[in-house]
Amino acid sequence: MTTRPADTEPTTGGGFAWRERLFTTLQKRGAIAVLIIVVAVAALTFDNFLTAQNLQNIVLQGAFLGLIVVGMTFVIISGGIDLSVGSILALGGVIAAQTVQAAWPLALILPPLLCGLIGFGNGLLIAKAKMAPFIVTLAGLLGIRGLALALAGSEPIRIDGGSAFVWFGQGQIFGVAVPIVFVIVAFVVGGLVLARTSYGRTIFAIGGSEESARLMGLPVDRTKIIAYTTSGALAGLAGALLAARISAGDPNGGLAWELDAISAVVVGGTLLTGGAGSISGSLAGVLLLSVLQNLINQLGTLGSYAQQLVSGLFLIAVVLVQAYLKRKQRS
Amino acid sequence: MARGATARGSFDASTVVSWVRGRGVYVAFVALVIFNLIVTPNFASVVTVRTLLITVSPIILVSLGVALAIGTEGIDLSVGSVMALASAFLPLYLGYGWPVAVAVVLFVGALAGLVNGSLVAFVGVQPIIATLALLVGGRGLAQIFAGGQSLPITDPAILWLGQGSLFGVPAPVIVALVAILVVGFLVSRTTFGRYVVAVGGNRSASYLSGHPVRRTLLAVYVISALLAALAGIIATARLGASDPSNIGLLIELSAITAVVVGGTPLSGGKVRIMGTVVGALLIQLITNTFISNDLPFTWAQVLTAAIILVAVYVQKGRGNA
Repeated sequence: MTTRPADTEPTTGGGFAWRERLFTTLQKRGAIAVLIIVVAVAALTFDNFLTAQNLQNIVLQGAFLGLIVVGMTFVIISGGIDLSVGSILALGGVIAAQTVQAAWPLALILPPLLCGLIGFGNGLLIAKAKMAPFIVTLAGLLGIRGLALALAGSEPIRIDGGSAFVWFGQGQIFGVAVPIVFVIVAFVVGGLVLARTSYGRTIFAIGGSEESARLMGLPVDRTKIIAYTTSGALAGLAGALLAARISAGDPNGGLAWELDAISAVVVGGTLLTGGAGSISGSLAGVLLLSVLQNLINQLGTLGSYAQQLVSGLFLIAVVLVQAYLKRKQRS
Repeated sequence: MARGATARGSFDASTVVSWVRGRGVYVAFVALVIFNLIVTPNFASVVTVRTLLITVSPIILVSLGVALAIGTEGIDLSVGSVMALASAFLPLYLGYGWPVAVAVVLFVGALAGLVNGSLVAFVGVQPIIATLALLVGGRGLAQIFAGGQSLPITDPAILWLGQGSLFGVPAPVIVALVAILVVGFLVSRTTFGRYVVAVGGNRSASYLSGHPVRRTLLAVYVISALLAALAGIIATARLGASDPSNIGLLIELSAITAVVVGGTPLSGGKVRIMGTVVGALLIQLITNTFISNDLPFTWAQVLTAAIILVAVYVQKGRGNA
């Protein structure tokens, strides 16, 4: 598990220190606790919940979103936001589908590369031109979706099932689906970078107070640009893998995924104001969303409409609990 | 609209630049109109203008509310889902007559706004998250109430709201005009408007000055949701049927774009009503320009994105990022 770099609050207050610590832990680890409870209840309620197949399905369902969430966590902890990821995912899929015939390795390499370049552009506008991240990436959300649709001619592009590229979406390594391997690597590397490197510390510092970080001589601009570049590249990679999974590059894919990603990060205990959060929390957040979706599917009687409603209510519930705990922490 | 008028005495380059900066959206809109007059066939016709104004009316209604929310340094992402809720509830109560149905729909809208506003004002949830929850959940709720169906609207009074006209002015445009006047009056001529700007400019200073910060925030989100419910009624009436799956879908993006392009900074403390209206007209005109010239529609999105970036970059020069 990751450590808490931003946790520098002195535990004053004698007898109440343990309560304070409990609430702090709950706020930051709440998602994992809820995840464990939900999984336990589900395992007792549904016979086929704890089967290897179902668990793999749950993780696979969250894998593509998970890649995006890793980048989003970095961006949000730095005090920013990236609304363009859903559109970038679609663009990544389209690029993969269009290059796979030329040479299949291109379909794996080009999407993260080109999408990373778009993320780099976002980062430049945010860090150098000092434009609000919300606006820059909102423009990205609109413009890149348009670009993906224009490139694909508004129709999904099919990928030949015989191509070696398809393995990256549908194949397995030692019985584990390939996209899951990718997302595990992303979370491990992301977690290590955030908790153990000076780059990670700088991200926290910027999110805590950008002005102070700058005065301390930290490379604020570079750090932010790298965060948005990573976010774009991961979204592009997720798009390529998803295209390999469904054998098509869908320019309408990833619609509103930026909202799912933000939900997962927030549910995971990362503050939207920046400066605090963890990769492990985001992982729990993604898994929680996936498990909920899986349970709703298992219940069967609830339609996809109810699924949206449950997601919305769940987000509110988590945010309310976080607000309550934060208030307790302060008093 | 003409607030913060610059000195008009000297006419050097910097005056021109700052003049354009303050009114970028108007310049862009006029330029696009001129472009259309030259390029687009039959642009200067009553039908074209009517279509543009009718299409843009729901966007304007929604944008006004979002402008208020952004003015308080907040945001309202839930407007599209509130439109869907309005669309779902409208046919359910039309049996009791249109006044009841409209009252119920506005009540539901106000309730949605109360949820948003309470979360923001009393619980202290960030506006983007509070309204995101309703964005996700609201449309699901709307579809549950509608049973996943699209119900036809037959009530003539409601249909008039979407399809009728008064003295040649389409009804949706009249509703939008009234809303612009009311919200414009609220913002520039009332204490409430001052509070909105004060809360957005510096919330703690506003609180310390004894302003009713929470009540103001609550009111802003209720007004925004009411306007969205109104937009939902109009969109439903125009369609002649309820359609909770599609009505208002992604309209929050158009609204935010209109507000931001219109010169209201995301950092709050300022609300530009006329800018917002012209911003909404501008993005709708971009779409119409592409459609009427048989250009691929997808590139309109790319152009809109570019315009957002340029508009915000240019405005940034005035000191509010």
